[in-house]
Amino acid sequence: MSQPEVLQQSFELGFTYTRSVGPVVGRFLTELRNRNIVGIKASDGRVVVPPMEYDPDTAEELSEFVEVGQEGEIVSFAWVKEPREAHPMDRPFAWAMIRLDGADVPMIHCVAANAESDVATGARVKAVWADETIGFITDIRCFELA
Amino acid sequence: MTDIAIVAYQQTDAVSDAGAVNEVELIIPVLGRVFEQAGLTNSQDVDFVCSGSCDYLQGAAFAFVLGVDALGAVPPIKESHVEMDAAWALYESILKIRMGHAESALVYGFGKSSPGELPIVLSQQLDPYYLAPQWIDAISLAALQARQMLDQGLVSERDMAEVVARSRNNALNNPHAQLAGEVSVDDVLAEDTYVSPLRKADCCPVSDGASAMIIATVEKAEEWGKPYAVISGIDHRIETHNLGMRDLTDSLSTRQAAEGAGMGQGRVDVAELYAPFSHQEIILTRALGLGEETSINPSGGVLAGNMMMASGLSRVGEVFDRIVSGEAERGIAHATSGPCLQHNLVTVLEKA
Amino acid sequence: MSEEQDVITGIEAPVYLKYNFTAGAAAARFLHQIKKGVLTGQRCPSCQQVYIPPRGSCAACGCPTEEEVEVADKATIQSFTIVTIPIPNNPIQPPYIIANLVADGANISFLHLISECVNEDVHIGQRVQALWKPEEEWDYAMDNIRYFRPIDEPDVPVEMIGKLPVTGWEGSADD
Ligand SMILES: [Zn+2]
Repeated sequence: MSQPEVLQQSFELGFTYTRSVGPVVGRFLTELRNRNIVGIKASDGRVVVPPMEYDPDTAEELSEFVEVGQEGEIVSFAWVKEPREAHPMDRPFAWAMIRLDGADVPMIHCVAANAESDVATGARVKAVWADETIGFITDIRCFELA
Repeated sequence: MTDIAIVAYQQTDAVSDAGAVNEVELIIPVLGRVFEQAGLTNSQDVDFVCSGSCDYLQGAAFAFVLGVDALGAVPPIKESHVEMDAAWALYESILKIRMGHAESALVYGFGKSSPGELPIVLSQQLDPYYLAPQWIDAISLAALQARQMLDQGLVSERDMAEVVARSRNNALNNPHAQLAGEVSVDDVLAEDTYVSPLRKADCCPVSDGASAMIIATVEKAEEWGKPYAVISGIDHRIETHNLGMRDLTDSLSTRQAAEGAGMGQGRVDVAELYAPFSHQEIILTRALGLGEETSINPSGGVLAGNMMMASGLSRVGEVFDRIVSGEAERGIAHATSGPCLQHNLVTVLEKA
Repeated sequence: MSEEQDVITGIEAPVYLKYNFTAGAAAARFLHQIKKGVLTGQRCPSCQQVYIPPRGSCAACGCPTEEEVEVADKATIQSFTIVTIPIPNNPIQPPYIIANLVADGANISFLHLISECVNEDVHIGQRVQALWKPEEEWDYAMDNIRYFRPIDEPDVPVEMIGKLPVTGWEGSADD
């Protein structure tokens, strides 16, 4: 039996999720809306940004929030030459692990830069806020070189 | 503890686009071949069936249920499913047999990743508050990991290219491989970067495909009279979802899983490692302490074809094939799940 | 916190993913045929059951199906429900009837709409026939059939539903 002509149809699958964030993520997002960044102290005293509810090593419930800086240092980065449609930027940019001042654990966010050669491990970056902050991770629109 | 035997293993070719086949049409030829290899007819001849797949890959809700149409599930069978690689379906099946609830099982995995944008689909398995809404893709996360390795001098780009070149060359002997060829390290290094520091060749391709395996107690395998290999250990461990809190240059969970599975109790002739990115094979090789005596990814590994949800089981199948053919006496198979080798499973296989 | 605003307790986190769906080989054959106004199933080589729409396997036997079998556009109601709640984005206004129908010549039911009927009189075993859209509107789609509507034929006893030949109920009565 011959293979029939392939029939295809593009479609978009949408999941219109709303999520309850709980007190820890909620606190972080509330602070973001106010253009502050907070982390939380892990069992061993390391400051984790964004904050986690429980320590991954000890399972201890965490509660001590710490305000951290809006600048930090690139711990690692990936240069995206051809942004994907879903990506937050439509021109080349970097994803980076960024250790904010006052934090011990790096967070992942995007970094706007003109060229890959402008970005480096150890480079200083600062948060750029969205025009309107709503309490969402993208209230930090991106980081840029400080 | 009940000794468990692998009796049969089959897989499809890894292809970039399986085209006009649905889930059932993808699975059914492989199941037909694996039952034939074991001397069985259909799933009525085994006590338990467990599959691994992920509906998000092709964007079809309950695709795994449609897959059951391939089984011959009338009268009803004992069936289960994991929304994971089928290597974890193997784990569940082994538990089922060890608990005395079954003497034999069919394990299969399938994935049709071509209909979607896989690296972006995988972004939605991340932390839903901080990462998924940023749509950071799987390749970029691996690139962050690779950069740490490079920055710390733990690998060089040449080391990574050597992994790629060996994969492509080994894959020449793998009839199911998607990417194979006489590729040199310099050929790889001549390529431009893709998501820097990764080159496209450092990244596994997107593949459609399926694999299937039949396992049984050793007694049952003897009864069936087919050649088999013994699973002497299996274990899996997971690390935190917070990538910033992990040491991405090592794989603690792989090492722990290998210890749990008893890898160190003998020589490892062959290791099939699920490393979707070249630098990850180096991380895994070191975490497992594999040396010169071990042939690593003789199939080419998943850099030669990455059938999501099936390639972890394929790693086990590749080692099984080599033990049954007499090429190796003892080997390990590794499977992974999640970003940057978050969750790892190690299976130890030995000749009967 | 610095400002007098509500604490964030929830977020909108929609996920939209784009795919290119490909009909399976069996479904593609079915769709090519329905575009011509023909209903085509597949017969299991083992148990001889005819499936429509076909999926490429016999779910009961677990074997591939290849033999194509044309079935009739007359069918028997195997089960049905009267839907009285509106469904978002569905142009059909309630109350309407969705039924499991077994086409003459097939053994397994498929879902479709029943219309041009008194809802309260619809019953299991009732005979129905497809009302096709005008031919120029036919596409690779099951809704080339707008709905099924009752026809003047005697009811099929429950034990006979799913066992009629392609020649239909009256054809079968002649045997
Ligand atoms: Zn059948």
